[in-house]
Amino acid sequence: MTLTRILHGLGRAYVGLVLAFLYLPILIMAVMSFNASPFYQLPIDWSTDWFSALAGNRSLISAAWNSLYIAAITTAIATTLGTAAALALHRYQFRGKKLLQALLFPPIAIPWLITGTAMLIFFFAVGIGRGLHAILLGHVALALPYVIVVVSARLRTFAPELEEAALSLGASQWQATRRVPLPWIAPGVIAGALFAFAVSFDQFVVSYFLSAPGQTTLPVQIYAAIRKGFTPEINAVSTIIIVLSMTLMLLTARFFRFGGEK
Amino acid sequence: MAEVTVRGVSRFYGSHVALQDVSIDFPDGGFYGLLGPSGSGKTTLLRIIAGFDSPDDGSITIGGADVVATPVQDRRIGMVFQNYALFPNMSVADNVAFGLSVRGTPKAEMSQRVSDALDLVQLGGLGGRRPHQLSGGQRQRVALARAIVTRPRVLLLDEPLSALDKALRVGMQVELKRIQREVGITTIFVTHDQEEALTMSDRIGILRDGRLEQEGPPAELYDNPVSEFAATFLGDANIFRGRSANGFLLLEDGTRLRCRSALPATAEGTAACAVRPERISLRPLDAPGASETAGGENRLAARVAKRIFAGNSISYLLDWPGGPLKVFAQNTGSPPIEEGAAVILAWTAESTLPLG
Repeated sequence: MTLTRILHGLGRAYVGLVLAFLYLPILIMAVMSFNASPFYQLPIDWSTDWFSALAGNRSLISAAWNSLYIAAITTAIATTLGTAAALALHRYQFRGKKLLQALLFPPIAIPWLITGTAMLIFFFAVGIGRGLHAILLGHVALALPYVIVVVSARLRTFAPELEEAALSLGASQWQATRRVPLPWIAPGVIAGALFAFAVSFDQFVVSYFLSAPGQTTLPVQIYAAIRKGFTPEINAVSTIIIVLSMTLMLLTARFFRFGGEK
Repeated sequence: MAEVTVRGVSRFYGSHVALQDVSIDFPDGGFYGLLGPSGSGKTTLLRIIAGFDSPDDGSITIGGADVVATPVQDRRIGMVFQNYALFPNMSVADNVAFGLSVRGTPKAEMSQRVSDALDLVQLGGLGGRRPHQLSGGQRQRVALARAIVTRPRVLLLDEPLSALDKALRVGMQVELKRIQREVGITTIFVTHDQEEALTMSDRIGILRDGRLEQEGPPAELYDNPVSEFAATFLGDANIFRGRSANGFLLLEDGTRLRCRSALPATAEGTAACAVRPERISLRPLDAPGASETAGGENRLAARVAKRIFAGNSISYLLDWPGGPLKVFAQNTGSPPIEEGAAVILAWTAESTLPLG
């Protein structure tokens, strides 16, 4: 009895430590973004000065808009192409299908540093060069496998005779697809879209390689700013990003459970 | 309502023959059972009639018109799938309404017909449920309501009862038959369960390796099997093999069996007969006057190897030099015969069915 209680206690302590390790630094940074002192002096002198200062920081703001803009376009392109690809992979049998499906996974596993280097070399070789357009291309390529994998996983739970049932009831092919498989995979498509957005918006390494001066994304701009000298503006912008990313991730988690019931 | 005809239909998957020159008339308003083991082509035939697959050769007509080139959605059929294929993202009522809504049926008429259909399958009041909240038997009823609410010309059932447990299945057999009679729809029913086929169908077609082995009303098939396969797949049968001698079947041990009709002559002179296990009477050899007891023209001596008590009947598995035999006896209250006892089997010539 006492042993199990000790083990339970240890388990709780372990979980507490993990959570503290994960969230304490983030929490401290967020709190410090509201501290007027740039040297993290305690007690905290509450203010929103750094957020105001951030509003005047042109390069950070423009980089943030670039990031949002690229993430939105990446999401739209990768989700559309990825869903179509997943449907095709699900519906049709063709030569090399297995190989094609296997080839979707390495880009997820290959370190972004290597992918980024490879893209930089390739884009220069074919004349695409660097800049926002190159970042966009790179992000779509990075996000696409995530969308295909997530939508495919959802499609695998779709029973093909449901579509046949719809046809037997007089539905046209389009009516059948729209009213039966599409609603079924919608949570997967939304989850894939959120993944695509996150991959793009949080992307540093590939963006770093592909940015041109003045044409960069928020994570790269933050890195550049830190190298010049740390200011609590970075805390402020990081806090905003964390709130955004976490909202997105919580939404993803929610949509993954969507329609989980059969 | 409409009759369905299948003429000379063949279907090949590469070198595999799924159906070979199958011709069947499915009568208007009838309940037709397609019976066969797995791989016999029965489901392929059903899918071809539905329009999910097309024949490589032959023609399909529904209500007199050829439908081979007609896509599924224009054939006006209703189909119940093996696992019901209910739309999981829709309520029961929306599932049933689907076929009406894609045809643009007015709202008021639609809800009336949906509720009528749910009443017909005795699920009135469950329209708001989701499929996953229903039992297997209820899902089955929803699938049936969804298939008939559009007033299709033909109802196609693909082993619709196979996912239910035995007690529920028997109940649904009766129910399905009642609904089919009430609606009067031409129904084609695929099953591998011979009992189900016998009790439900007006006519049965037995398929084997993509060919139609035999077809007709259940009693006719049971009493006149054309082949050993037909005799053993639909019901139980003892098969006796031997040579044809002056119209008798001469067994290897010299026994002569009288048959119901003349044995068909074959080039090799070999012949075979089937005898249903319930047509054979059994007497212990040492019973007084056993050897003279009437019971039929045909007699054999054997030994009881195993006795299986099944309540209303008793099955005897017998050792006989020509192979194992089976006899079903009604449980009439007379003392059962012990295992190991020597017995005399007797049956009539009328029960001895020559096989082709």
